[in-house]
Amino acid sequence: MHELGVVFHVIDNVKEVMQENNIDRLESVTLSLGKVSSVIPSYLSDCWKWAVNKDEMMKGCELIIEPIEAITFCEDCENTYDTIKYGKICPHCKSEHTYLLQGNEFIIKEITVPS
Amino acid sequence: MAKVIELNKSITDSNDRDAQKLREELKQKGVFLINLMSSPGSGKTTLLSSTIEDLKDKVNIAVLEADIDSDVDAVKIEKLGAKSVQVHTDGMCHMDAGMTKRGLEGMDLTGIKLAFLENVGNLICPAEFDTGAHKNVMILSVPEGDDKPLKYPLMFSMSDVLLITKTDAKPYFDFDIEACKERVLRLNPKIKIFPVSAETKEGMDAWEAWLLENLF
Repeated sequence: MHELGVVFHVIDNVKEVMQENNIDRLESVTLSLGKVSSVIPSYLSDCWKWAVNKDEMMKGCELIIEPIEAITFCEDCENTYDTIKYGKICPHCKSEHTYLLQGNEFIIKEITVPS
Repeated sequence: MAKVIELNKSITDSNDRDAQKLREELKQKGVFLINLMSSPGSGKTTLLSSTIEDLKDKVNIAVLEADIDSDVDAVKIEKLGAKSVQVHTDGMCHMDAGMTKRGLEGMDLTGIKLAFLENVGNLICPAEFDTGAHKNVMILSVPEGDDKPLKYPLMFSMSDVLLITKTDAKPYFDFDIEACKERVLRLNPKIKIFPVSAETKEGMDAWEAWLLENLF
């Protein structure tokens, strides 16, 4: 469900740029997606296909997803580690005093306009 | 050759702009809007009902009820004497600024000083979309457990107020209020925490005083 809402937000943002630049057709949209951005890429792609085919301006536009690794920093031992593998607790010193450095991004990186 | 246009913008960009606009418009009208979020069954409607009962003689209140598909909450709220509009999100798991604006346009806000948006019951998605509210308030009820800040950190990080509700049920549950507070404050040192019980009214005065202080 969340993925569909997110797809509509991406489409709104992209269409705004298309109108500003007098673009009437797109080849693809590329997203940079953090691995802990709370969105599942395969669901996102399914929702995308459904949504773009309902929209005249977006019809046939491909979705490209570039993943961003999730990395957490430990304030106590000052090491970094893989968030997906270890979560909130630092695997080096077992501290809970950690925060996410990167991996929750959800960025529309670029759009490709056919020639 | 196809042409590539670099955007590098967050997907929430256009929503953030709409939200900012709505926030300013409401402020000009003197309407203080609260986005109320929690998981399903945490007692959002009960908490709101109790708050409306206590404050309705002091301030005119409106409630925007967001639900996937029903109007049971709106009916309950209207009976208490507050204005209410039901917004159906048609399957979407959160409200955004556009939906909030359209919902508010469906009611007469003349004389309204305090408005609540009762967001869809969900601790994940509503945290990611700015609704245009002036303050974000979340509920965590005692039966849900004190570990929720660890599981849903974003919701706790972006809220201005945490209401720990159903404190009257504390004797029956293993909920450590102090441990919960510590976890929440670590995520968000600025958050205000009010333990309350809509049932016994314990703690409700501090929450209601906060509301009245914040009105425009």
